[in-house]
Amino acid sequence: MASQSGRKKKRDLNKTGYICVAPFVIIFLIFNVYPVLRTLYLSFTDYKGFGEAAFTGLQNYVRVITDKFFWRDLWNTVKIWSVNIVLQLGLAFLLTIIFSDIKYKVKGLGIYRALYYLPNLIAATSVAFLFKTLLDWRYGTVNQILSSAGLAKGEPINWLGSTVTAPFVISVIGAWMWFGNSFIMLMAGVQGISKDYFEAAAIDGAGRWKVFTKITLPLLKPIMLYVGITSLIGGLQMFDLPFLMCGGTIGNPSGSTQTVVMYLYKFGFETNQVGFASAIAYFLFMIILVVSAVQFKLLNSKKD
Amino acid sequence: MAFKVKKTILYVALTILAVTCLFPFLLMMVNATRTGSDIVKSFTLIPGKALADNWTTVSGYFNLFRGMANSLLIAIPATIFSSYFSALTAYGLVVYKFKGNKAISLIIVIFMMIPGQLSLLGFYDLVTSLNMIDSYIPLILPSVASAGTVFFLRQYLESSLQPALLEAARIDGAGEARIFHKIVLPLMSPGIATMAIGAFIGNWNNYLIPLILLNSPDKFTLPVMIASLNSSTDITANQGAIYLAVAISVLPILIVFAFCSKYIISSISAGGVKE
Repeated sequence: MASQSGRKKKRDLNKTGYICVAPFVIIFLIFNVYPVLRTLYLSFTDYKGFGEAAFTGLQNYVRVITDKFFWRDLWNTVKIWSVNIVLQLGLAFLLTIIFSDIKYKVKGLGIYRALYYLPNLIAATSVAFLFKTLLDWRYGTVNQILSSAGLAKGEPINWLGSTVTAPFVISVIGAWMWFGNSFIMLMAGVQGISKDYFEAAAIDGAGRWKVFTKITLPLLKPIMLYVGITSLIGGLQMFDLPFLMCGGTIGNPSGSTQTVVMYLYKFGFETNQVGFASAIAYFLFMIILVVSAVQFKLLNSKKD
Repeated sequence: MAFKVKKTILYVALTILAVTCLFPFLLMMVNATRTGSDIVKSFTLIPGKALADNWTTVSGYFNLFRGMANSLLIAIPATIFSSYFSALTAYGLVVYKFKGNKAISLIIVIFMMIPGQLSLLGFYDLVTSLNMIDSYIPLILPSVASAGTVFFLRQYLESSLQPALLEAARIDGAGEARIFHKIVLPLMSPGIATMAIGAFIGNWNNYLIPLILLNSPDKFTLPVMIASLNSSTDITANQGAIYLAVAISVLPILIVFAFCSKYIISSISAGGVKE
């Protein structure tokens, strides 16, 4: 009798569990799962954003693979991303080394960390307009500072108007925006390492460099992997900054700042080739998967 | 001695980097108070006297306060939804061992890895077929299912909730709803606050989704409004007004940050450690 009522109570509790997760599951299915599957379905059709969608098999994917603009944009994206990631992670890493150094014991982590993180918080639209205005080649403040400091001679630099500088400017602004975030994550990883390791190393008389390469670095690997993969996913999806600073989906000058997602946006929302745009989305996703897997393998194999 | 010198150099370098993070904002504030022709001529850090004129120009083009109100109208309910329902879902997943529990947790992790562009087109198509273009509902309702927040709060609850506490409450005759609202929710509040700030800032700054979903200018959120500066060529002739518009859009976040920087930092740290 007692066990029966106990079982009934347990079943009731299970039911409560279902009630708790129900709102999440329903909304998740509608607004997360369905759109992802719908995009997959559309990528096999000639859907134009309205009317009927005819099944076209792999045609869109073949078009993506043979589209030279897609590959140009992928190259643009990788170029912008790799300069950005080297600056961003390099700076974050350097700061982590400085703030975790056992000899210098740098103070004020809290305030520095907050200031470094600040650019992250500002909407990309505001950052884009701020820098677009500051970098204007005729009226911008940056060129004024350069010329009043005697650094720029002759013609003012057309930062956003040259195929050499424009992608670079986007990379640098991206690094400026996001290095604080990477730094905080790496630093959290260092602070998560047990103090015992460092104390043991100090007793054994290990030098600073040895402590860093033999203890800090190996133990930071999971976080480096996380930071690396999240920045890869974010970086290959770069949209806001180049879209807002370089003339919409055109990616001025001469398409040198047109990223894959800008290209996707152009077909999905400007020229109504939704099927093709969906194929771009999934093809990019496959590339991200492959690169993430390689990244995962590389960082994990180094451990052994 | 060499040690002290090196240490000083280190601090100077760190401070220069911090200034680099602040300087563009400072320039923005200063330029917002200067006339367009002054800005074009030279640069200075001394504020000018054209703040009122710039404001007249800006408000002649669009109503920034309207944009701010619109952004709040989306960001506040979205933050509340994501906080409350994520906490509820995390509670359900941690406390009740029902069938499908593990599967939900797994799917949450998988979807955290899926980049947003995969759902973008399907999402737009869904919103179109639901006739919800130009409505705030598709900008708010999806917050009920915030996979990342559930993931974080589940970890948080697992480490902070003691089963004995629930048992004791049940013996005292408290219903499950009461237990959640009176015991578990307060227990989770630091974790919820951390996630809520992130959700608010994310919603406040969101650009791409409102851009594709909203058509009427009077419904534009602040980022979409700022971005529409692109098309209005008259205003781009007046640099001071642009700086002022951008400054006004940045100010609320700076204020939030001044008060909540601790929570914001700890939320990012948590994201790093938990993985």
